[in-house]
Amino acid sequence: MRAVTKRKTWLYFIPYGLWLALFVIAPVALIIYQSFFDLGHHFTLGNYSTYFQSATYLKMTLNSVWYAFLITLFTGLISYPTAYFLHQLKHRQFWLLLVILPTWINILLKAYAFIGIFSQAGLANQFLTFIGIGPQQILFTNASFIFVATYIQIPFMILPIYNAIDDLNPAFVNASRDLGASNWQTFRRVIFPLTLPGVKAGVQAVFIPSLSLFMLTRLIGGNKVITLGTAIEEHFLTTMNWGMGSTIGVILIVAMIIVMTLTGDQKPKGGAPR
Amino acid sequence: MSKKLANLYLILVFAVLYAPIVFLIVYSFSQGETMTNYHGFTWRHYQTLFSDARMLAIVANTLLVALLSSLIATLIGTLGALGINRTTKRVTRESLLTLNNVLMVSPDVIIGASFLIFFTMLKIPLGFGSVLMSHIAFEIPIVVLMVLPRLREMSSAMLDAAEDLGATTRQLLTQVIIPFISPGIFAGFFMALTYSLDDFAVTFFVTGNGFSTLSVEIYSRARQGINLEINALSGVMFLFSLLLVGGYYWIQQASQKRKHRKREVAS
Repeated sequence: MRAVTKRKTWLYFIPYGLWLALFVIAPVALIIYQSFFDLGHHFTLGNYSTYFQSATYLKMTLNSVWYAFLITLFTGLISYPTAYFLHQLKHRQFWLLLVILPTWINILLKAYAFIGIFSQAGLANQFLTFIGIGPQQILFTNASFIFVATYIQIPFMILPIYNAIDDLNPAFVNASRDLGASNWQTFRRVIFPLTLPGVKAGVQAVFIPSLSLFMLTRLIGGNKVITLGTAIEEHFLTTMNWGMGSTIGVILIVAMIIVMTLTGDQKPKGGAPR
Repeated sequence: MSKKLANLYLILVFAVLYAPIVFLIVYSFSQGETMTNYHGFTWRHYQTLFSDARMLAIVANTLLVALLSSLIATLIGTLGALGINRTTKRVTRESLLTLNNVLMVSPDVIIGASFLIFFTMLKIPLGFGSVLMSHIAFEIPIVVLMVLPRLREMSSAMLDAAEDLGATTRQLLTQVIIPFISPGIFAGFFMALTYSLDDFAVTFFVTGNGFSTLSVEIYSRARQGINLEINALSGVMFLFSLLLVGGYYWIQQASQKRKHRKREVAS
């Protein structure tokens, strides 16, 4: 690109620079700034001391992390074999597209579908009655929240794992087999370690959003599950306590940074069909 | 045997992935009022949907925001990718990319809440403008990420050749660089479009009272319970997504074919 560098073309990059300053740096700075103000717009550290001294807030945070962990775990357990088997298919590009397609359906519509499926006389209860268990309260339980969240996140986990399997050099697998490793050994010692970056990218793509799925906790969880996201939405839009909401936001950002660090310096890979 | 098990597993996963969508659409044709027990075929809910002026206005709003924001985001994002690609220092490039990805990895709620503070401080009224700006903001990084790989593939020899032949900067950009990276630009535009259509949380925070998009409308209607008009809406939207995915797939295939043909000519 030497050719372009020589010329004064920096004018072209002003819009992008403005975007970085106004919509990336400023908002993060503002949410940190806002977290130091109370309801009367006075500077205070009170929000943080309230947060760390209140059993309710700490319990809510732990709960939220625990649910996000469960959702990520289930999503991973379902997605890894799916990505692996998918990769062995003949028309895998087509099947991959079928995995991506549901992500193009609005998330609210998918949540709405589950309101119908899990309702008192809905499909799930008809099935339970049919196999003799009898109707249960499914909607507005923790289990239904985890189920729907897992359902929504599955494609975002399958994609990065699939890409990692796709990048795997089949020569390694063949070598391992030739050297006498069993299928299980090949998987455990060769395939899984080499596709771990994909799993990490998937964990990143699933865990962080799972901390903040407030629409699902409202529509499916019936407000019984409170995630960090629900708490932030509540503080910003219902009780109008922006200071406390920002404080929880800062906690969520810190949680995000911890997850990113733990899962290595992966560039986000999910979401984009190849 | 294991092959059969694998296929069975895949069938099961795909069944679960598509069951809710099929379920929604099937009941959009049911004569009942709830999503239990199918009551026979009808187009009634689609008629209600297409005579619901409020809903149609919201659909128009949503499409307008999506198209406008994607166009602007594609423009700014492409220029940004050109800028990032031009940096020579590794540190600058890495930190620009990190900043670029902040909005990609941030939870929606954080983006929504921080934008809400931002707009309120600048006294920007909440509504169409704030929603449009927010959508442009969170679409830019994906455009950059889609365009950058194409820019990296571009050989500097080609640019030098164009320059030696006397191309001005403008000609270099419009006749050499843009045509080469256009598949990346298209991919970025499509991704931006889907991000916009799919977004709920950010819009929910910055929309204020007067303005609404489909996601926000579905949310408020879903909180009131089952209404088969929403099922009809999901039928229409599913068809629309199919068209979008089809279009995206077609563009990808076409660009791959072109690449293939070029390689054949070269060899």
